[in-house]
Amino acid sequence: MSTSGTGATMANQFPLLKTEVKAQSAPALASADAKMSLDCLDAYYGKRLAVDKVTMPFREKLITAIIGPSGCGKTTLLRTLNRMNDSIPGFRVEGKVLLDGNDIYHSKTDVIGLRRRVGMVFQQPNPFPKSIFDNVAFGMRINGLVKDHSVLVERVEQALRHAALWDVVKDRLQKSAMMLSGGEQQRLCIARALAVQPEVLLMDEPASALDPISTAKIEELMVELKKDYTIVIVTHNMQQAARVSDFTAFLLNGHLIECCPTPQLFTTPGDPRTEAYITGRFG
Amino acid sequence: MKLRIMDKTFVYLTGLAVLIILALLFTILGNIVANGWTRISWEFLSANPREGMTEGGIFPAIFGTALLVLLMSIFVVPLGVLVAIYFSEYANRTSMLYRWSRSAVDNLAGVPSIVFGLFGLGFFVQWVGRGVDKAFFGGHLAFGQPALIWAALTMAVLTLPVVIVSVEEALRAVPQSFREASYALGATKSQTTFRLVLPDAVSGVLTGGILAVSRGAGEVAPILFVGAAYFLPHLPSKLNDQFMELGYHIFVLTTQSPDVEATKPLLYATVLVLLGLTFLLNVVAIVVRARLRVLSGAAR
Repeated sequence: MSTSGTGATMANQFPLLKTEVKAQSAPALASADAKMSLDCLDAYYGKRLAVDKVTMPFREKLITAIIGPSGCGKTTLLRTLNRMNDSIPGFRVEGKVLLDGNDIYHSKTDVIGLRRRVGMVFQQPNPFPKSIFDNVAFGMRINGLVKDHSVLVERVEQALRHAALWDVVKDRLQKSAMMLSGGEQQRLCIARALAVQPEVLLMDEPASALDPISTAKIEELMVELKKDYTIVIVTHNMQQAARVSDFTAFLLNGHLIECCPTPQLFTTPGDPRTEAYITGRFG
Repeated sequence: MKLRIMDKTFVYLTGLAVLIILALLFTILGNIVANGWTRISWEFLSANPREGMTEGGIFPAIFGTALLVLLMSIFVVPLGVLVAIYFSEYANRTSMLYRWSRSAVDNLAGVPSIVFGLFGLGFFVQWVGRGVDKAFFGGHLAFGQPALIWAALTMAVLTLPVVIVSVEEALRAVPQSFREASYALGATKSQTTFRLVLPDAVSGVLTGGILAVSRGAGEVAPILFVGAAYFLPHLPSKLNDQFMELGYHIFVLTTQSPDVEATKPLLYATVLVLLGLTFLLNVVAIVVRARLRVLSGAAR
């Protein structure tokens, strides 16, 4: 990896970005149509550097996929977007993570408010051991967002409809969420995240624990959801990235190798390492 | 050849040990049940002792025991739950405070119960109680003597480790992924703890409480000096009343009776009631735990 210094990465990156972002400086990346963006982001676990000087945009109401082999830092990168790693001892970042142009790692950032704006869906479906209704209502209740019960009911229904789960569960909202199948549980987790009305939705390999049919449903759902939400998905399933995403970033050993429109990355990758990865020569 | 004989011998030896245990258990229980069963009646459970405790029942002792463990639970469960939450959710495992308090709890569990009795007498009765008397009763004796509340507090200190360990175990069993999902929805740590983690660990809280009660109901030594009475004509009605207690009543019947032979059947029956009570509580603890585990979802 000695050849893949920052210079090489940037050199590969900019010609590709030029078509999309016009300008090459970081402020320009933050503006334009990027909902969130990383500006020269380093992320460390103690002394270990997991994400190395990554600069990339996440465009509004589009799906950005992050691919790369295991341990390349893609989950770490995703978890910087809602500061989920804050509680890990020794974790720290350098550089900026911007949401609507504001640095979310600024000391004055309200982390609670941030997480309401940037929702997250995890790899393993993790519904709470509560009823289906209470699962979806959890975020609204703890945030005190909704005082009126009828509004709460309405928003729960809306979130479940959004997650394409309403028709499946409408007759058993008070049943335990644990009774649902894996795919339904994952869609419930999506509904739960949507219920607090976030602007960005982070998905950490949301279908890797699911069967092919459930996976297809989640993918369909993602395409549907991008009308309203900016979506960032981490996946090591390249077909999935190719199917659902508008932009794809390829990460290797913490470096961003390239980030460009998905069809371009999969047909004419700008870097030999990307090509090697997507043709299955490693990973 | 020699090895094989040794091998066989060892198997028989372990089997023999098990048989001895079983025989002991059956002898003790059988003896108690056989001798105590006949004396158990509604009257025995509901009446006061009479004729120098050679006649009548043990109702005051049952009542006192129930009141004692109830009060004790009111003190020990909230405190134990809070300590367990600190250990499981907040404490930094490498911090001095955590290591010291952890070993304090471990050591508390190993202190002989008679020491708790002396501690209760010295601390609660003589120091706290006298202090209360001086502050609120103009020095008149009200709380500075053995009393129900001091016995309950002493028992609470004794059973604290049981509650802490049980609740902490249950809290740690709540998957980390629940906490993460909650944080990702914008929940604070305390919201996550009290609205998600603790409700999911409620079986542990209940089991901890019940185990503490069953432990407390069976202990005599801690309350010898702090509130248990030899005999009382009235049931306790105030926090600073003394009370009769089953374990202590057994001790009294055995050693303090004017006519030991005459109290023997009563003694057997009282022991049977105490055993039945603690056994029942343990069964309830097991059932509650199993029940809640099913309710909270078999999917994990």
